[in-house]
Amino acid sequence: MTDFAEVERIARRVRAHAIRMATGGGCFLGASLSCADILVYLYTHVLRTSPARREDPTRDYLLLSKGHDVPALYGTLAELGYFPTARLANHLSTGDHLYWHPNRAIPGVEFHSGSLGHLLSVGMGIALEAKISGGPSRVFVVVGDGELNEGSVWEAALVASAKRLDNLVVIVDRNGFQANLATESLIPLEPLADKLASFGFAVSEIDGHHLPSLGEAFATLPRRPGSPTAIVAQTIRNKGLPSLEGRAERWFVNLSPAEVQMLLQELEGSSPATLTSEPLVVR
Amino acid sequence: MTVAVTNDRTYSRLLGDLALADPRLVVLTAENRAAIRDLPERLGDRFIDVGICEQTMIGMAAGFALRGRIPVVHALATFLTLRAFEFIRDDVGIAGLPVKLIGGVPGFLSEANGPTHQAIDDLAVMRAIPGMQIFCPADESELLAGLPDVLTSPAPTYVRFNASATRLHHAPFELGRAEVLCDGHDLGILAAGLLVPYVKEACDILSGEGIHARLVNLRTIAPVDEEAIVEAATRCHVLVVVEDHLLVGGIYQLVCEVLVRRGLSVPVLPFGLDARWFRPALLPDVLDYEGFSVAKLSERLRRAHRHRIAASRSAEVVDVHFEPLPSVSNGRSTP
Repeated sequence: MTDFAEVERIARRVRAHAIRMATGGGCFLGASLSCADILVYLYTHVLRTSPARREDPTRDYLLLSKGHDVPALYGTLAELGYFPTARLANHLSTGDHLYWHPNRAIPGVEFHSGSLGHLLSVGMGIALEAKISGGPSRVFVVVGDGELNEGSVWEAALVASAKRLDNLVVIVDRNGFQANLATESLIPLEPLADKLASFGFAVSEIDGHHLPSLGEAFATLPRRPGSPTAIVAQTIRNKGLPSLEGRAERWFVNLSPAEVQMLLQELEGSSPATLTSEPLVVR
Repeated sequence: MTVAVTNDRTYSRLLGDLALADPRLVVLTAENRAAIRDLPERLGDRFIDVGICEQTMIGMAAGFALRGRIPVVHALATFLTLRAFEFIRDDVGIAGLPVKLIGGVPGFLSEANGPTHQAIDDLAVMRAIPGMQIFCPADESELLAGLPDVLTSPAPTYVRFNASATRLHHAPFELGRAEVLCDGHDLGILAAGLLVPYVKEACDILSGEGIHARLVNLRTIAPVDEEAIVEAATRCHVLVVVEDHLLVGGIYQLVCEVLVRRGLSVPVLPFGLDARWFRPALLPDVLDYEGFSVAKLSERLRRAHRHRIAASRSAEVVDVHFEPLPSVSNGRSTP
């Protein structure tokens, strides 16, 4: 029985961690909040892994290919016991490794990323190796929709289908933005589900914040034997903070301590905050 | 590694034998099977052809390595080191994974393909990746002698693939250890890879004329045998570097870095490609045109030796430049 209320509670704490990381240098808050529900749902209900199984070759793997949303991953891993939540206070400190992109010095992070378009192929190597060695591991790769501009994603998609990697699941965090622009205004991706289907993926399109839909999407894998799975999760940038939701200029944010407190209150249901910190346009 | 090696001593044969003896080995190719034709049959599902997808191949190789395998990946050297460069740097280099990169037809071996296929900058880019080993076999026997060590080393390694017919007798292979093919003190010559046997022949000719060169086959560029370079510099007082690579980032610069670091001031004459691609043609014609045939090398080495004598008499700065080759302007060779 899926405890959606518990997933919601953890996801809210993960969002709060990400908001607290968005100061003293800042972080990519927008993408972190769009994928928070997906990551928490995967770690609590889908992935056959745990802090104790970090070296277990039969575990499932999660790879964050669009690494800039790593605050959501740091928060999820800390909440689930991979490392103490107190360590999150080290974000951006030279004394730790909690920087703007994931790396394997952080317990639970399977591989580093940062340059877009890499981890689908890395995940395919893990998935094919698992098949060759007869292991049960499944590989979940979270990609961004902006990341789908990279040709290496589509090159890898061709091969994933050719190699019949049905232990591979690609989740597109479809928050509609690439950096500070809407995807459809720069390099349109639609019809995205059709594109992925034509590359040989078994595709489903869901609301990436609706937990029962996530449950349904991941309930039966592979979705089609012999084919890799793609889940296009429609999400909202900065989900959970109505004052920032869907705003192009609030992708990377560096908040004042007072703004952090306002947004934490907004997350808990108080009235939307008004930010005075300068919007950062990256690129 | 103990392995029953079959009599047919080819790269493909040996790699297959090693892979059958060590289940960690997997062979990947970006639809480049020239050197590994018999492996699909021998290795079954441990032979993986990803199609013409160099980037995907490298990413997958990293994934295989994360699962404890040793991937041996094959593609033409240019496409491997350049198209997939960032994947090698990020997914193999940053992680320090034991992926073995086999680059086909490097340097002059691309023959008549033209500049798009000329891996004459592969050493430069591979040297720029921290922790990357680089092996430049001089011929097939050296390739086969070095392969077991390369495959069992925990470091990522780039192999400038060269299975040319063996004409030399090599010293036992050791990663990071050069071999001295000719002993002399009139000229110190540093080389690696395809051109080594040609330089050796030229040295033999010069030896008959009373010019005795010390020829050092570096074999691995990273790690490099610094002592072998220092020894050549201190014994010979003038060095020649021979390479089918751009002067930027190749063996010439590597040698210069070592000399500067060790505080040695010795003229170093580069026989390489000075900021241009080479004239595409069949290998013997390329070597002749570019000045690397045995006859041309002999003449250039004689001239280098005369420079050395002149320099030792006048203490003037040695002019390291030789006459330009005909009808080739910078970067715009017209095939």
